[in-house]
Amino acid sequence: MHQGSSSDDAYWKANLSLIRNILIIWALVSFGFGIILRPLLSGIAVGGTDLGFWFAQQGSIIVFIILIFYYAIRMNAIDRKFGAEE
Amino acid sequence: MTTQTLIYLVVGATFALYIGIAIWARAATTGEFYAAGRGVHPVMNGMATAADWMSAASFISMAGLIAFVGYDNSTFLMGWTGGYVLLACLLAPYLRKFGKYTVPEFIGDRFYSQSARIIAVICLIVASVTYVIGQMTGVGVTFARFLQVESSTGLYIGAAIVFAYAVLGGMKGITYTQVAQYIVLITAYTIPAIFISLQLTGVVLPPLGLFSDSVGTGTPLLVVLDQLITDLGFNSYTGHHTNTLNMVLFTMSLMIGTAGLPHVIIRFFTVPKVADARWSAGWALVFIALLYLTAPAVGAMARFNLVNTIQIGEVGSPDGNLAYADVPTWFTTWEQTGLIQWEDKNDDGRIQFYNDKNAAFETQAQEWGWAGNELTVNQDILVLANPEIAALPGWVIALVAAGGLAAALSTAAGLLLAISSAISHDLIKGTINPNISEGGELMAARISMAAAIAVATYLGLNPPGFAAQTVALAFGLAAASIFPALMMGIFFKRINNVGASLGMLAGLLFTVVYIFVYKGWFFLPGTAQFPDTAEYWVFGISPLSIGTVGAIVNFVVAYFVSQATEEPPAEIQELVESIRVPRGAGAAIDH
Repeated sequence: MHQGSSSDDAYWKANLSLIRNILIIWALVSFGFGIILRPLLSGIAVGGTDLGFWFAQQGSIIVFIILIFYYAIRMNAIDRKFGAEE
Repeated sequence: MTTQTLIYLVVGATFALYIGIAIWARAATTGEFYAAGRGVHPVMNGMATAADWMSAASFISMAGLIAFVGYDNSTFLMGWTGGYVLLACLLAPYLRKFGKYTVPEFIGDRFYSQSARIIAVICLIVASVTYVIGQMTGVGVTFARFLQVESSTGLYIGAAIVFAYAVLGGMKGITYTQVAQYIVLITAYTIPAIFISLQLTGVVLPPLGLFSDSVGTGTPLLVVLDQLITDLGFNSYTGHHTNTLNMVLFTMSLMIGTAGLPHVIIRFFTVPKVADARWSAGWALVFIALLYLTAPAVGAMARFNLVNTIQIGEVGSPDGNLAYADVPTWFTTWEQTGLIQWEDKNDDGRIQFYNDKNAAFETQAQEWGWAGNELTVNQDILVLANPEIAALPGWVIALVAAGGLAAALSTAAGLLLAISSAISHDLIKGTINPNISEGGELMAARISMAAAIAVATYLGLNPPGFAAQTVALAFGLAAASIFPALMMGIFFKRINNVGASLGMLAGLLFTVVYIFVYKGWFFLPGTAQFPDTAEYWVFGISPLSIGTVGAIVNFVVAYFVSQATEEPPAEIQELVESIRVPRGAGAAIDH
């Protein structure tokens, strides 16, 4: 528990920047592509509708799954790098 | 074999399975009762979380919500799944590291404040009880329709089953039953969807079928559907017809509400390691996505089938509408339940199903001799009636009945555990009698569980008139109070006891008052200040979406009050540092 807080600080910074990147993509695919930016994507046809509709009904969910597994894998690596694993 | 016999057989077999699991997975310690001994494999926990989370609303109502509105209700799809990203990186791993049993316990310890813990207990109980009412009525309705018993008898049977595995097994019994329930419910949901997708598009997988060509036309299904319903004066299915700001805030409220619901969070206390909590959130979303990717396809295809059943010929032509004498049998079966209603307003013996709120179209409709929309279809029947509408074999109908019950029972059990552990662990052990023995606490947990089941059954039998409204309250409370408190507890070391308590209260009051102003004070009819319609909402924000704003109020108040008051003591700052790092999580179990 007391392996020096400077390494724990660096570990926490690495975690925070990973979370920041993940949440940017999380917001972009749902609130962005799925809702606010949908008019900009209306030119891209997908099965009788447009890309924004696909993101709102399927794409965002698929991206969410990828994001969580990416986070789990990256965090395992970060845990090991900073000696923070269980 | 008749369909009815098949239904008894399939539902009976699933119930026997749940009871068998209950006997096998009895809990011997409080650790097993509250957190299944922290020995649940992450994939298994993901499956149990999926069953825990997907309620009667997800199974029965969601496809209908999407079917009748289209694109604008994609909010439910994104909102109820996006919360898992927040859980995976903002809450679950750190709360698992903390290594205690309940959500209020974390809030009480982190903010070194008994009153913060009590506020959290109250939010938890209100949110969970309102939620459990919906599950119990769902059980009653499913029994009444499929097993032809009184709704109340159905409710007693359902309560007895939950009693068996929840009181005996606690979290351990609930977890393994939920795994079985997940398998039942996902099979029941996808099989009819596959049949219908094949019928309409020739594509096996419903999520791909949704974006494929309609059979025999060479035109995409969604284009045909848009054409069909706009010809009847309805809004297009794929178009955006509501306020964009409200859509964003509603999606966000559902996301942070999902992440803040205690019965979901405590599922992540059952895995052996911090890293497992992250994986488990991913697996949970995979299992949830199997249903959530199918639901929009079910919605669009059910709407397509429904409109095509009624509108058999060209819109406006004298024999374009189905004559009531020719309706299929499912139509009359559901008419008996009152969930489909037909009134022959123009006395022509045919069914007119169109949008009479569309003024331009209504003028046209009057020229055809139509006297208003004649058909009302409850959105909840789409999934349950789907196999009948598509003329699927009896065993598929039996499976759907068992699936609906599995969805409702699994969520009810998870909610009841969250309620009973808050009572036995936070109120009895944490506040009233801290010296209670392990055996005494386990007994208290079992008694609270039994009492919670009794209350839930009573409320299921006598649902308060406002039951449907209160779902907004459950998500609003979780979004505005619990989620911000947990997140600040982990990510902002400077937030102290006063800041957190006042923040929670401010978020809570703001949200509740906004809901009450439009829905009536304490949901009493006639006490609302303003009609609950878009013209009266502030900036077009509906009471359902206000949880996001409540959460922001909570954050702002907590931040400024904490800045103005003393910083948290050193041992609390150390606690925050220790929950941020997975190292040493094993030791935390022994607390």
